[in-house]
Amino acid sequence: MSNRVINILVPVISVILGLLVGAVIMLVSGYDPVKGYIALWNGIFGDAYNMGETVRQITPYLLSGLAVAFAFRTGLFNIGVEGQLIVGWFAAAYVGVAFDFPMYIHLPLAILAAAVAGGLWAFIPGLLKAKLQVHEVIVTIMMNYIALHTTNALIKVMSDGGDNTGTIHASASLKSAFFESMTDFSRLHYGIFIAIAMVVVMWFILEKTTTGFELKSVGFNQHASQYAGMNVQKNIILSMVISGVFAGLAGAMEALGTFQYASIKSGFTGIGFDGIAVALLGANTPLGIIFGATLFGALKYGALNMPNEAGIPVEIVSIVIAIIIFFVACGYVIRYFLEKTNKKKEAK
Amino acid sequence: MDYVIEMLGIRKEFGSFVANDNITLQLKKGEIHALLGENGAGKSTLMNVLFGLYQPEAGEIKVNGKSVKVTDPNVANDLGIGMVHQHFMLVENFTVTENIILGNELTKSGVISIKAASKKIKELSDTYGLDVDPTAKIEDISVGMQQRVEILKTLYRNADILIFDEPTASLTPQEIKELIQIMKRLIEEGKSIILITHKLQEIMDVSDRVTVIRKGKGIGTVITAETNPNELAALMVGRQVEFKTVKGEAYPKEEALIIKDLIVTDYRGIEKVKGLNLTVRKGEILGIAGIDGNGQSELLEAITGLRKSKSGKVTINGKDVTNLKPRKVTEAGVGHIPQDRHKHGLVLDFSIGHNIALQTYYQKPISVNGIMNYDEVSKLAQKIITEFDVRTQGEDSLARSLSGGNQQKAIIGREVTRNPELLIAALPTRGLDVGAIEFIHQRLIEQRDNGKAVLLLSFELDEVMNVSDRIAVIYDGQIVDTLLPGETSEQELGLLMAGQRKNNKANKQGESKHVE
Repeated sequence: MSNRVINILVPVISVILGLLVGAVIMLVSGYDPVKGYIALWNGIFGDAYNMGETVRQITPYLLSGLAVAFAFRTGLFNIGVEGQLIVGWFAAAYVGVAFDFPMYIHLPLAILAAAVAGGLWAFIPGLLKAKLQVHEVIVTIMMNYIALHTTNALIKVMSDGGDNTGTIHASASLKSAFFESMTDFSRLHYGIFIAIAMVVVMWFILEKTTTGFELKSVGFNQHASQYAGMNVQKNIILSMVISGVFAGLAGAMEALGTFQYASIKSGFTGIGFDGIAVALLGANTPLGIIFGATLFGALKYGALNMPNEAGIPVEIVSIVIAIIIFFVACGYVIRYFLEKTNKKKEAK
Repeated sequence: MDYVIEMLGIRKEFGSFVANDNITLQLKKGEIHALLGENGAGKSTLMNVLFGLYQPEAGEIKVNGKSVKVTDPNVANDLGIGMVHQHFMLVENFTVTENIILGNELTKSGVISIKAASKKIKELSDTYGLDVDPTAKIEDISVGMQQRVEILKTLYRNADILIFDEPTASLTPQEIKELIQIMKRLIEEGKSIILITHKLQEIMDVSDRVTVIRKGKGIGTVITAETNPNELAALMVGRQVEFKTVKGEAYPKEEALIIKDLIVTDYRGIEKVKGLNLTVRKGEILGIAGIDGNGQSELLEAITGLRKSKSGKVTINGKDVTNLKPRKVTEAGVGHIPQDRHKHGLVLDFSIGHNIALQTYYQKPISVNGIMNYDEVSKLAQKIITEFDVRTQGEDSLARSLSGGNQQKAIIGREVTRNPELLIAALPTRGLDVGAIEFIHQRLIEQRDNGKAVLLLSFELDEVMNVSDRIAVIYDGQIVDTLLPGETSEQELGLLMAGQRKNNKANKQGESKHVE
């Protein structure tokens, strides 16, 4: 079987398998899978509003996926995308509320604040990893909790005991009148362009720059990289910071686009953690992440329609969606094994 | 004479690639039978067929005259065939006994009886003179000892036919001698041995007969006593091979590397290099002879900036490079073929092209203003692949997919093409076959002839004697003597390497001073 055939077959088969098993679950629980899937389809593509909302949902997934993938590509497991996203969200909202500048200053400044906040939040685990060999997974998990509760406290202080920052100034908003008119007043915003631009940025850094060459080299083999004169510590920190910047920008999408404020959260948003799945679905490549984020965003948003239209309880819907994603992820496992056996044959 | 094993007309295919083509190997009872071939000639494939890991497309296997089908390694075990693998299959933090019984545990109502197993292992060890402590942990014993554990594993499973896969690849000269003794002892006790190797001297030393395979084809079987290394090499490679590396006079010029009173500690803080002095001149190859673990690795790491030295001074091309970062040392005019090509020499998951650019990726013309010009990477890769005869499907193949010899050629190409004033070559021919070794030696001499300094580190006395213009013997972190290859012998070097100074020491020292 040629590689190209495998490339096309694997995702198609795995989506079909996922849908089938999902259907079985609905059947066993006493719901009509055909109705359920029609509801899912309508939830994603049903009308202009839903399509707009689907794309809106995809936007932060793109960025959180990039964040995880970038760290992965350089040999680091950034499980702290969630926390970096939360501080980015707060930073963008704070700048959006606290200042009042003309748009061409205010909006970039708010986006930049989110990027810097996310980057700084990732800098700490990067530094600890590089200098003291503290495992980044432990530090980033803890940093997630610190981010969650610190931003909650800051929001409380900022709003004099309230539960959100208040709405950002229009000059810092990514809202798009054009998209609103096109999509029947969905919350789709200009952030999607930023997300796609960042996909290109990631590709450019990794594939075109000298820094990207170093980052990948350090990710694969620190010893050989050190031998070749690369600064391994610097590259570890840099990789975490760039990853954190992507995560912070994901937060900016929520603050300046979807919600227009930051509110006290009782728990994690999940976007950062889902970013891990998005990155893995996309095999940590920029193009793959577009695919992974689209699948994730579409299913997550479209599924909201299943309880309304088909009367399937939210819990069952969550299981079905998880199963579809599970099978797509397994597709990569299957491919991994297929390619490995291919490689072994070549090696012999 | 009875054959204990007969492999007749074996053919093994992988897709369209024929790894074994009509190969016949017949092992007599009580002989050491060498299986000789270049890297990738199909030796391992043939043995994997015998061991039941692969099924042959054609041919017959007979054990003690009876035709058998070896469908998996368990069948091979039952037939009394045991394999001592090149890469040991041992659990590091288990004891010797635990490793040996693994998968074949002696139990008494569900409980493993370690003591009984230990006792049996001790007996086996004594019978064959292996001197293994059954209670030692694998991580605490030497590589040579670990190999004996592998041998014990097969004996414990009652193997009569032992296959040794490149057994000397990671052993020191002393350990090799001991291994040869062990093999002879095994024969005395009625075992038969197949020895896979591409080292001709070993074959001459221990084997009774040799079967040669070349590019998957059986070339034939010869009696060792009736052949010589030259003939074997020609059979293996398919052309005449030069052993005595041809080289002219050396014309040493100014000093390229000066090491003064260097002290280096290892990761535990123990001094491994203890006030070492060494000078390498342009236009000469200085070989460092010594037994592994006498400070060689730490010395080279300290020179190249991979490890900080505690005190002392390293000067390269007149520049003080003591404790500079690796890149600064490289830029002072150093090429480095590292000891461990998989750990330091290559990024295995990068393409071979990227690896060839690993030392120059940040310089023009490859990197301009921080942007990579991958066309230039390609150009450089193609040039080196052609010039250094790196056999690969292309520059985009992963470094991992290349054979050891070709990986090494790529590294040497990368380091030599930068035209460094000092080339440090650490174990440059480890694990390679004679063809590749010849090629690499010629390249080192070429560098010397171009007026560059070459520092060669090797554990193989042949190599040191053959290639070097001067030999420095390292023992316990110091250079104990510097000799000329024409005026010394392997015996003398061997003694010096073992820390024994010769009687006419004063005399000798005077001579070497004179040389310097």
